[in-house]
Amino acid sequence: MNTTILTELKAEAKDLNFLYGQVHALKDINLPIERRKVTALIGPSGCGKTTFLRCFNRMHDLYPHNRYKGEIILYPDNVNIISPEIDPIEVRMQISMVFQKPNPFPKTIYENVAYGLRVRGTKKKQVIDERVEKSLRGAALWDEVKDRLHNLAFDLSGGQQQRLCIARALATDPRILLFDEPTSALDPIATSKIEELIIELKNEVTIIIVTHNMQQAARISDYTAFMYIGEIVEYDRTEKIFTAPSSKLTEDYITGRFG
Amino acid sequence: MKKNIFSKRYLKETFIEGGLLMAALFSVFITISIVIILAYESYGFFKAVPLKDFLTGTQWTPLFAEPRFGILPLVAGTLLTTLIALIVALPLGMLVAVYLSEYAPHKLREIIKPVLELLAAVPTVVYGYFALSFLTPILQKFLPDLSGFNALSPGIIMGIMIIPYVSSVSEDAMIAVPMHIREGSYAMGATKLQTAFKVVIPSAFSGIAAAFIIGISRAIGETMVVSIAAGGMPNLTINPLEAVQTLTAYIVQVSLGDVPHGTVEYKTIFAAGMTLFLMTLGFNLLGFWLRKRIREVY
Repeated sequence: MNTTILTELKAEAKDLNFLYGQVHALKDINLPIERRKVTALIGPSGCGKTTFLRCFNRMHDLYPHNRYKGEIILYPDNVNIISPEIDPIEVRMQISMVFQKPNPFPKTIYENVAYGLRVRGTKKKQVIDERVEKSLRGAALWDEVKDRLHNLAFDLSGGQQQRLCIARALATDPRILLFDEPTSALDPIATSKIEELIIELKNEVTIIIVTHNMQQAARISDYTAFMYIGEIVEYDRTEKIFTAPSSKLTEDYITGRFG
Repeated sequence: MKKNIFSKRYLKETFIEGGLLMAALFSVFITISIVIILAYESYGFFKAVPLKDFLTGTQWTPLFAEPRFGILPLVAGTLLTTLIALIVALPLGMLVAVYLSEYAPHKLREIIKPVLELLAAVPTVVYGYFALSFLTPILQKFLPDLSGFNALSPGIIMGIMIIPYVSSVSEDAMIAVPMHIREGSYAMGATKLQTAFKVVIPSAFSGIAAAFIIGISRAIGETMVVSIAAGGMPNLTINPLEAVQTLTAYIVQVSLGDVPHGTVEYKTIFAAGMTLFLMTLGFNLLGFWLRKRIREVY
């Protein structure tokens, strides 16, 4: 009898290398991304976790002298999304990102959420209205803002702004949602709200999160990859990484001996 | 260790602080003096000419035997040339700013920006003759009704002249928009153009408003180009093909002439100057209000 739990892959990095000019920032990364699970990337500052995350939506294409090598395959399409033949804008339309610092646009709450639809040329007000409401509900923000959708987004608190950015990212039905240390600029209460939200969101979308906070990775992720100087040292189920890591380096990091 | 306010250190500090304060007060003093003189001389003018005639009269002929003192033709001339200049300068200036801030490679920007700013270093009298003897004849080939002196040609030239003011200040504001705001837009699948127009420009709004206000004030106050190329005819019209006179050009005309000091005719230049001052003040207040309304958060 086969006892292995059947999982489904949403994406997979294969021998991924990344160079900033001459700096070899990611070295031979191999990592599966399970569908509708939360995969956490942890590691000390400068280990390349954010660089890796930003490969998934081709953010590095915005700056000169960056080179990708290897593959990130998106399933079920079997497309290598870092291939130069693939349009980065198409990739970003399917893989959304939430940033470290809340970065709402200087627009109303409604227009912030509608932004992704507008850049895709959606015109129908009814469609946009529905998506805005659904996304704000999905980001657990609807009840707080439903009476002031047309106020400027800057009127919201930091935690609300970050949930607004999550709603903005959800509005276009992404296949993968990337989080780059989404709570590092937030207070503990706002942080726990975002964490609860991420746990809920994985029912609908595959999530990759970069975090500095190991407790956060332990609380919300299903899989954890520990990175060190541009390489993946260890990848496993989160419980395993935090209770019985197989690498000494991982153990030293999660027990706080360095980092 | 006791504090001695007569020590060398304290004296030096006090002296420098006092000097800086004087420098700051001096410019305030000059500004206030100008306003007071304008107000005082205008007051003398309005004792002789009712305010109602000044504001509603449609003819401005103070130097004629039967003088009329309606400011409207001069205001119309000023607004008409300014409007033409803005139609040229605002869109072009914005496009230049968008290009420089969002598209141009760093090295190219470092070359283009100073060259563009050189446009502002050309003496305005050169622009004036350029309008009169170069642009007007060209425009006359397409617009046979265009008179030799007209509002259109100096308006266009003024527009070109103020492009650097608009683009330079707008570009500074746009380039100051933090990268993570742009990244937020790109991450949603937006193109460069969408990011520039939907996110960067609104984010830089207060700086861009300031740029527009500078451009408008510059156009309203511009003197030489319109004195040379717009003609000296106070003309209540909105037709850019006709000759007009602006407030500034009128002041030049009277200052040059042999109008005796202290007469009502002489005082007209202060009334015109006051009008000009109130107009630019109005636009500056508008810019201030706009900036307050869309507050910048970064």
